[in-house]
Amino acid sequence: MRLYYKLPLRFLSLFRKPEAEQELNDELEFHLQYQIDEYVRQGMQPEEARYAALRALGRLQQVKEECREMRNVNFIENVLQDLHFGLRMLRRSPGFSLLAILCLTIGIGANAAVFSWIEGILLRPFPLVVGQERLMAVTGTNRASGERTGVSWPDFLDLQKNCKLFDAFIVDKIMGATLNVGDHATRITGSVVSANYFDALGIRPIVGRGFELEEDYGRNAHPVVVIGYHMWQDRFHGDPQIIGKTQILGGQPHVIVGVAPEGFQGTFVGWAMQFWVPVSMQERFVPGGYQLEDRTADWIEAFVRLKPGVTAEQAQAEISAAAKRLEEEYPATNRGRGIKLYPLWQTPFNNAGTLLPTLSIALCVVVFVLLIVCANVSNLLLVKAFGRRHEMTVRLAMGARRGRLLQQLLTEGLILSTIAAIGGLILAHWTRNLLVLLLPKRGGTAMYLPGAVDWRVLALSTAACLVSTLLLGLVPAIHTGKLDLASALKAESGGVVGGRRRALAQSSLVLVQVALSFVLLVGAGLLLKSLRAVQNTSPGFLTDVITTWIDTKSAGYDKQRTLTFQDELIDRLQVVPGVQSAAFGRIGAFTYGVYSSAAIAADGYVTAPGEQPVIDYDEVSPGFFNTMGIPLVSGREFTRADNETALPVAIVNEAMAAQLWHGQDAAGRRIQVKGRWLQVVGVAKVSKYRTLIEPPRSFFYVPMRQSLVGAGLYIRTSLPATALASALTREVHALDANLASGEMITMQEEINRSTAVQHIAVNMLGVFGGLALLLAGVGLYGVMSYAVSQSTRELGLRMALGARAADLLRLVMSQGLALTMAGVALGGIAALALSRLLGYLLYRVSPRDPLAFVMAFAVMTLAALLACFMPAWRATRTDPVRALRD
Amino acid sequence: MGKPTDLVQGTLDLLILKTVALAPMHGWGIAQRIRQVSKEVLQVNQGALYPALHRLEQQGWIQAKWGESENNRRAKYYSLTRDGAQYLRRQQAQWNRLSGAIDLVLETT
Repeated sequence: MRLYYKLPLRFLSLFRKPEAEQELNDELEFHLQYQIDEYVRQGMQPEEARYAALRALGRLQQVKEECREMRNVNFIENVLQDLHFGLRMLRRSPGFSLLAILCLTIGIGANAAVFSWIEGILLRPFPLVVGQERLMAVTGTNRASGERTGVSWPDFLDLQKNCKLFDAFIVDKIMGATLNVGDHATRITGSVVSANYFDALGIRPIVGRGFELEEDYGRNAHPVVVIGYHMWQDRFHGDPQIIGKTQILGGQPHVIVGVAPEGFQGTFVGWAMQFWVPVSMQERFVPGGYQLEDRTADWIEAFVRLKPGVTAEQAQAEISAAAKRLEEEYPATNRGRGIKLYPLWQTPFNNAGTLLPTLSIALCVVVFVLLIVCANVSNLLLVKAFGRRHEMTVRLAMGARRGRLLQQLLTEGLILSTIAAIGGLILAHWTRNLLVLLLPKRGGTAMYLPGAVDWRVLALSTAACLVSTLLLGLVPAIHTGKLDLASALKAESGGVVGGRRRALAQSSLVLVQVALSFVLLVGAGLLLKSLRAVQNTSPGFLTDVITTWIDTKSAGYDKQRTLTFQDELIDRLQVVPGVQSAAFGRIGAFTYGVYSSAAIAADGYVTAPGEQPVIDYDEVSPGFFNTMGIPLVSGREFTRADNETALPVAIVNEAMAAQLWHGQDAAGRRIQVKGRWLQVVGVAKVSKYRTLIEPPRSFFYVPMRQSLVGAGLYIRTSLPATALASALTREVHALDANLASGEMITMQEEINRSTAVQHIAVNMLGVFGGLALLLAGVGLYGVMSYAVSQSTRELGLRMALGARAADLLRLVMSQGLALTMAGVALGGIAALALSRLLGYLLYRVSPRDPLAFVMAFAVMTLAALLACFMPAWRATRTDPVRALRD
Repeated sequence: MGKPTDLVQGTLDLLILKTVALAPMHGWGIAQRIRQVSKEVLQVNQGALYPALHRLEQQGWIQAKWGESENNRRAKYYSLTRDGAQYLRRQQAQWNRLSGAIDLVLETT
């Protein structure tokens, strides 16, 4: 082991330097003594012998230095020295250091924050769940409609049985329940999960147990519940005897069998789950009745865990083959239906899918910002590097190797970016919950969208830091590389040589900044225009209608009692002063609730082979269209006469009428839904049902017959929400003191929740675009100021020859603008290529929208004018006499 | 006696290793010994000797120990390490091959 010899030596050289030095001196002294003795023996005088010996050894100091060099301590020592020197340089110009570190902290911090969001929301979104990289989301597909569906429970069991590449199939269907507390009802969010849920995810309840396998089976046979840690703490005050107690959920007492560990939020990106019930309880919680034996009831959202080493492609191939077999085996229910797997970050049924485009754009934006910041700090360093040209030249002249200078410059860059990276990570830690704050609250739902600063985020941030170090060191380093000793020393007094080259480097850095800023501005403009287009889109109903919900089911009402209660409440509300009308709807527009959908047959409509129209519908009470302000183009509203005993009726929208009967009058025709024929009694205008940006879609309404997990209550009123809230509570309590209504908001707020993602994207691009613009402006200002200060003589000469102030102003301004235009041209090309990435978020705006480009151009030009004006104005103040004399 | 031959680049290491392989020796002694054994042909440049010794020590081929010299002075004695011995064998074999090859070329008339 040579290390055995080497390590103590290194140690000695580094930490016991005086001793090592002394040993070196002793050794050489010993040598000299011997040589002197030798020469004396040969007959020299002692004095003469000493000189001879010294001559023979060569230059003593140089030998010593070479010995030291051989000891190899220099590298480490150099690093320490560079660090020391670098820190001293930074301390000496605190303004510069602070500015540079601030810029870099913003750059690296923005990156770290977005990394942490992507990590915590998209890549590993479920705290405490083991092996998330092997989890995939599962949905059904419908070839006819091309839309994503759920999976039915019988299909799910068959897939699980027939696939070999999976460790686990996990059902996880989000749903809600209502806790009535005093005069306010709180909605809590839970999941219907398969019994293997906790075991498959590696979650061990801290009290009690998870579910047992037989709890998946039997209609409503296992009213058991595992509650979340926070529900345990808040509602049951951490009661250690909680197991065996009951809680009414979905109108039925459920036995609490377990408590999930703290930090486990369930497996729904964005929301924290508060309780879990097994699949056997589906009928209580999932709308649409008992569905566990129905292959057409595709209510399940699910995850699978792949076996180790299985690729996504192999898994998809196997599950597709299994789905194909189901199609052949059960053609009546399964024809045209498949199964699709998604990586977690593309999960379509939770907020991962919603946030994915925003987060990818955020990633592009922050990388741009980091580049701009690096260009800006490079520019600052360049100015300093020129200030230090003399130092560098002297060091080169004294025999420093260029590599050594490079090491010094990189160390200085590293100090800056390391401090900034630490600041950036702190910034990322602070902003990890920012997305939750940006997203609008939903009453009663615990939002959970944390960024996670883990080792992967640390590693990526370190990488960002190293990349910026290289970028920072690069420009001054290239300059040092080109430093020509003779001319640099000579030119020191002249003070202009190198100016050209420096101006070139600075100009190209500014060019990059202008180009990148322009791209961000175009993006911001496009998103802003898109957001305006979204906001100007009419939803097709009145947005000042106030909505809330009342859950009679949780209070144990049966269907008939619910309908009676609803009628009585409407009657009472109609006579409240200020209330114009009120109505119930089961799902309601823009809520997270999923509309029921049904395969449709119709009079006079021939289904093409392989085609099966599947259309969403909602259940609404009499007066719904009047209350919501959705116009009926023909026919009538539902009335209380449209009850269970009367002829079944439906109201279709215009798009559905056009789809089925090509615009001929629909009233009086019949549609078949789930085996029942319904008489169309009215045609409603198309409105928006899920999002503002959806295209006009077919939709129909049926009279309200049942309500699960509460029904939406819509009230058209001139009263403010607070006044209405007390009136509503009074009327509800007059009917039943155990009931309460939930959160009360206007439809406009409901809509705003659905456009939150666009808002976030606009804000982000706006903020960072503005920041980029500022940085680019500062860069441009620096370049122009330098150019003016360097060409005083030329300016003076021009003035002496008769140029007026306006001419000089124009001269300098045109130079700055030329630089800007070049950057804008470059950025324009990049923006044309990149703006397509915004695709999904752009609504009724082309990615090449000329207005956005013109706006970005105008803003950039304005900023350039501002940045150039000061230097230009200074140019006009040149004193020709002094300029020429100097 | 002609002018002492300058050492071929890289051969100084080989000579030092070979010399200290016989017995631990201090710097001055190494230089003297190389001169004597080569019958005054090889003159070690004393300015190059010590950097070479320090380099070989750093590389772990030789190790140093302080001891008493023959005239009772404190001197730094260098000796070969086990790795150094192996390294020396390899270098010597290489040298033999090289010089043999040069001989062959030169003797071919």
